[in-house]
Amino acid sequence: MHPAIQGIITIVLGVGGCVGYFYFSNLILDKVIFPASGSNIGRNINRANLIRPWLFLGPAFLALGLYLAYPVYETMRLSLIDRDAGNAFVGLANYKQMVGEPKFWEALRNNFLWLLIVPAAATAFGLLAAQLTDRISWGNLAKSLIFMPMAISFVGAGVIWKLVYETRPADAEQIGILNALYIYFGGTDPQTWLTIPFWNNFFLMIVLVWIQTGFAMVILSAAIRGIPEDTIEAAIIDGAGPFQIFFKIKVPQIMGTILVVWTTVTLVVLKVFDIVFAMTNGQWETQVLANYMFDKLFRANDWGIGSASAMVIMLLVTPILVWNVVNARRELR
Amino acid sequence: MDNIAGTKSSLTWAVHISAAALVILWLLPTVGLFISSFRTADQIATSGWWKAPFPSVQNLTLRSAAPDTQREAGGLFVIEGNLFAEDAREQAPITVYGVSSRAVDAFQPGETAELRKGGTITVQANGDYRMEHSEAFTGARGQRVFVTAEIPPEFTLGNYDKMLFDPANVEGMSKAFFNTLTVTIPATIIPILIAAFAAYALAWMEFPGRVLLIALVVALLVVPLQLALIPLLKLHNSIGIGKGYIGVWLAHTGFGLPLAIYLLRNYMVGLPKDIIENARVDGASDFQIFTKIIIPLSFPALASFAILQFLWTWNDLLVAKVFLIDASGETTVMTNKIVELLGTRGGNWEILATAAFVSIGVPLLVFFAMQKYLVRGLLAGSVK
Repeated sequence: MHPAIQGIITIVLGVGGCVGYFYFSNLILDKVIFPASGSNIGRNINRANLIRPWLFLGPAFLALGLYLAYPVYETMRLSLIDRDAGNAFVGLANYKQMVGEPKFWEALRNNFLWLLIVPAAATAFGLLAAQLTDRISWGNLAKSLIFMPMAISFVGAGVIWKLVYETRPADAEQIGILNALYIYFGGTDPQTWLTIPFWNNFFLMIVLVWIQTGFAMVILSAAIRGIPEDTIEAAIIDGAGPFQIFFKIKVPQIMGTILVVWTTVTLVVLKVFDIVFAMTNGQWETQVLANYMFDKLFRANDWGIGSASAMVIMLLVTPILVWNVVNARRELR
Repeated sequence: MDNIAGTKSSLTWAVHISAAALVILWLLPTVGLFISSFRTADQIATSGWWKAPFPSVQNLTLRSAAPDTQREAGGLFVIEGNLFAEDAREQAPITVYGVSSRAVDAFQPGETAELRKGGTITVQANGDYRMEHSEAFTGARGQRVFVTAEIPPEFTLGNYDKMLFDPANVEGMSKAFFNTLTVTIPATIIPILIAAFAAYALAWMEFPGRVLLIALVVALLVVPLQLALIPLLKLHNSIGIGKGYIGVWLAHTGFGLPLAIYLLRNYMVGLPKDIIENARVDGASDFQIFTKIIIPLSFPALASFAILQFLWTWNDLLVAKVFLIDASGETTVMTNKIVELLGTRGGNWEILATAAFVSIGVPLLVFFAMQKYLVRGLLAGSVK
């Protein structure tokens, strides 16, 4: 069967199934199990209303449980057993073996570099872009264009930046703009930017900063708009300069939003996979955890170490997870 | 606040100029690839894309017609024709030419050059040439002529034609394009539906454990996808789905749900309480309230999530690689195709650029058409 037809059938079945489930389960609840008639009408309505939320929540939480909650447990279990030895429990042996691999430490080091630089750079550029475009007539156009990379896939961005970093032999004309500028400003030999150990990490990070700046800008720009005008007017009357107003009046007031942007970009960084996979595939010392894990899983076919490295990513995410939950609960009260 | 930038005109200018610089910096990489996708392989390889709008000076090696086309006229053997036409090229004005690779700029157009094997050649600026010799020209191939020509800027749709509409091209993107579409549409619609019901329950229904479930959704919002890969692959294999569209649809639904529930609940909570309570008093059931009041009112939030989920599934590589693409490669998606091309066609930018833009084009259209909803979704979705 042609996949497109299969797709249409799935949409119809999926959508129809969902709607049917919600409709008929409600109908059965109200008409068959607890009919709103007869002698127990009041009791029945109350009981039906006790059960109804779970009908509404059922499919969603089944899917959440199966696709996100259960895997957390299962990955932890898999990281503690050895598949080749008949799924025997091996304790921390997978972790020990992983820690013994230099490639793991390289991935960990690079991930920390990414964590250090990308959220900071994306937030800083986002803040700069938000402030610069805030009061100019063509600000919305400028924002649109800076925001645009958000719509581009990491793989597409990888191709875009690979052309920027492209290297041609010294006697040929450079077609990558970075090398062309490098030669123009007096560089002698064209550089293969993505193969220079350590520094190539930064050339990969630029790609993610380029994508995430738009996101940071959109969120921060909304926050800047929300700053009460009178605080700024008061500062102007007191003789504050534009830079003082920005750093001492505006930034402190949107600190909460800056933190949100920072953590959101941090989450993206922790899971960064496509960019490294498409551009260097972890060669030349550019490995990161997510790609290391993919490598272990699908190339080395080692589920033990693969799961162990996934748990390392989970461990790094946990502080943000806890912080978010605490904040969400505070808001609900 | 206007007077922050307005009091000093020099500062206003600085703001305009820095904003423009930032925009150009952010656009440049994409524009480079975009322009490259409209250039031929030759053009891309010989000059940077930033030179594409200008005529380029190129050294071409062309060949006259072979000696077997010569004709004898009044004791002279003559070969005539046009150098560009012999090579099936566009005509371009020739500035200088030569007949030896050591002196490619020896003659002006219209001048006559002595050939090493005897005879003469005269090349005109438009590429017309005339070779004359008192004896017959010999050999199997024509005379090599080195010309320096000014090639006008030229753009072509040929790359797109080849990557999208050429059925013989095994590297073509058309199949991957439809596969991506097949993945994306169900994976966008189904989670919205499931999430909307759950979000309504979490927002407007009273039941024990509600706060706990909301906290769970917030927690699952940040669980890395990476953790789900092996357990779910195992699960899919054991229940017989294996690798295929069903699996990838289910996976995208599961992974998209936390954000969907979170976005929609936050929006629905903000809807006016009066409307819902009035409907209750009038005897509407929860199901009716949901379908007749909540869903129409929640359209902006639904649209926001739909766009986020569409972009995410369209641009995804990891989930497709793990749950969809098998060894046969029949179900490959565009992102995966591009990664493969990066491996096999690393330097062929006409192929890479075109493939990338076939894949980028649709999300860019959606982006520019529905930016308002995307912004709204991001604003609501970043956990406060």
